[in-house]
Amino acid sequence: MSATNTTQSNDQASRTILLDKVTKHYPGQLKPAVDGLMLEIPAGKIVMLVGPSGCGKTTTLKMINRLIEPTSGRIMLGDEDVTDLDGDKLRRRMGYVIQAGGLFPHMTVAANIAIVPKMLGWSKDAISKRIDELLDLVSLDPALYRDRYPKELSGGQQQRVGVARALAAEPPVLLMDEPFGAVDPITRQRLQDELIRIQEEVQKTIVFVTHDFDEAVKLGDLIVIFGEDGQIVQYDSPERILAQPANDFVADFIGAGAGLKQLTLARVRDVQLADPVTASPGEKGADVLARVQQTNHDYVVITDGRGRPISWLSRRQLSRLDTIDKSKNPDLPLVAEGSTLNDALDAMLASRLGAALVTNRSKALVGMITFDIVMKSINQLRADVQTADDESPVGTNTGSPEVSEVPND
Amino acid sequence: MIDTPRREVAASGTTGRSLIIQLAAILLALAAFAIWVATANLSSTERATLNSSALLAYTGEHLALTFVSIIIVLTITIPLGILLTRRPFVRASGTILAIANFGQAAPIIGLVVLLAFWLGFTFWTAVVALVAYAALPVLRNTMIGIQSVDAQLVEAGRGMGMSATSVLLRVELPLAVPVMLSGIRTALVLVVGSATLATFIGAGGLGLLITTGVNLFLPSVLVSGALLVALLALFIDWLGRVFEHYARPKGL
Ligand SMILES: Nc1ncnc2c1ncn2[C@@H]1O[C@H](COP(=O)(O)OP(=O)(O)O)[C@@H](O)[C@H]1O
Ligand SMILES: [Mg+2]
Repeated sequence: MSATNTTQSNDQASRTILLDKVTKHYPGQLKPAVDGLMLEIPAGKIVMLVGPSGCGKTTTLKMINRLIEPTSGRIMLGDEDVTDLDGDKLRRRMGYVIQAGGLFPHMTVAANIAIVPKMLGWSKDAISKRIDELLDLVSLDPALYRDRYPKELSGGQQQRVGVARALAAEPPVLLMDEPFGAVDPITRQRLQDELIRIQEEVQKTIVFVTHDFDEAVKLGDLIVIFGEDGQIVQYDSPERILAQPANDFVADFIGAGAGLKQLTLARVRDVQLADPVTASPGEKGADVLARVQQTNHDYVVITDGRGRPISWLSRRQLSRLDTIDKSKNPDLPLVAEGSTLNDALDAMLASRLGAALVTNRSKALVGMITFDIVMKSINQLRADVQTADDESPVGTNTGSPEVSEVPND
Repeated sequence: MIDTPRREVAASGTTGRSLIIQLAAILLALAAFAIWVATANLSSTERATLNSSALLAYTGEHLALTFVSIIIVLTITIPLGILLTRRPFVRASGTILAIANFGQAAPIIGLVVLLAFWLGFTFWTAVVALVAYAALPVLRNTMIGIQSVDAQLVEAGRGMGMSATSVLLRVELPLAVPVMLSGIRTALVLVVGSATLATFIGAGGLGLLITTGVNLFLPSVLVSGALLVALLALFIDWLGRVFEHYARPKGL
């Protein structure tokens, strides 16, 4: 496997995708579905294609792996022109995930995953090892799921296997066409979180089609927003799209609550947390109260021997305690460091204290997050976006003059 | 897990039971027939026709007609059906289906007799008529079976880098198998029944008992012929069902 790793995954340049003035005109249609599309998809990033139905997202995606042949233009994968390659061989180097997973119902989970490695001539042992690895990666127990048939899996599990199958032969590129469109909202959210985690591990170049803007914001490093006619309206990071929508169409598309959506972009670990006063069971109530008053705080967090918060007491509660006991409050507002600010806000709103305690992986207290902190970081995000002058990625349509660079007045 | 997985509970139990019942009924009827032939008070002409070696010979001829015809049907119509679902040939499918439809719609007895005047009064003429008669269900079900495979799956296969042929062999055909098999079983039952008519052009089979029974006015021979044909058809249908049951891909 080391051979595949060094030749494919680690070579940044070979994973950049460039669509160069690509046009697709379906026979018998008045207008091209995709018109002079110029788009650069940087290596190792998740690029979301989002826009209304029929705007050419699927067509664009399928031209990248040549399930659809462009009418004109070039598509480059690294420095190779995709249109010169054998279509089937090209597709074995690009994972492809569609809605509901597209699993073959007459093959077991293992057989589904094994398809591409088999075509590439991997040994039986290597394939078998890889199947276990991938099932672990998508959080399915290999012992339980290897030999099941797709109909014996839930929709979410089928979708996970779909992702595992697409990753099987370690393709540098992953193409996903509304993969989570057919599952319920809670499963979808979980699959999205999972994809983020998987991407941290595998670092693929991912092109992901969706019509759900919130999904685009959540998953994308970059977002391409297509208009009704298939022209690119904006191509930028989710932060900048939220802060500076290119025009009314994008603003409408973002919908209400752009500020709230920004909160899904920042993680708790990225903000400066407050330091609460802490104490341990067994300390004298009066001593702790004195400490709280001294530091001008109103509350104290009681932590156990391993630094894990067990309760959160007010001055008044403290004054009634002789010594602090070990009793555990099960309803503490806790958030993990990896949570989004949006999740943190949820937890804060649910607690009466207008704040939440932040814990690390071993559930130990690392700090406290408050409304003030969240507000500050929203403002900071805005300011960052305004001053940031790193280049936006390349993405235009030459074929649609109405959105050319000419300023519209 | 919000969406819990469903493990399939064996739904095949009921199919298994109905298969056993069908076989038992056939064997029971056959045994009753054998006892009746052995014990009934039959005339010598009747005895001459209804002895076991003659019955076996007629059954053998009947089966030969059936299986030769069905094998020819399969070798012609399955590849044809597959071909007609491939993009360049889809347009021809309407015409071909119309022809196959005509073969089945024409009265088989007329077909047999007309062909005999043209091709001679032989075994092979009967086979040609039976093939024309039974082609439609196999052809149609092959096409329907393939066409009803979810287009998404075909696309998933191509999207993974499987060639068109590989998708056909490993995805489309396996998934079409249940529909194709039921078409084949229909054709088999049609052929077993219609092979009775081969006797009109001297091509043998169990139909001979029926014509003999009518011509010589021997009701017991006539009824025996009809009964044996029916039992044979039921038995072939049973074989088809067993095969369908076990050849159906797992996981569907
Ligand atoms: N195979 C095809 N033949 C003809 N027109 C097509 C075909 N596929 C898509 N189209 C048309 O191209 C346009 C873009 O389709 P598509 O790429 O599927 O959009 P999206 O994925 O954004 O919903 C639509 O107007 C659609 O009707
Ligand atoms: Mg689409």
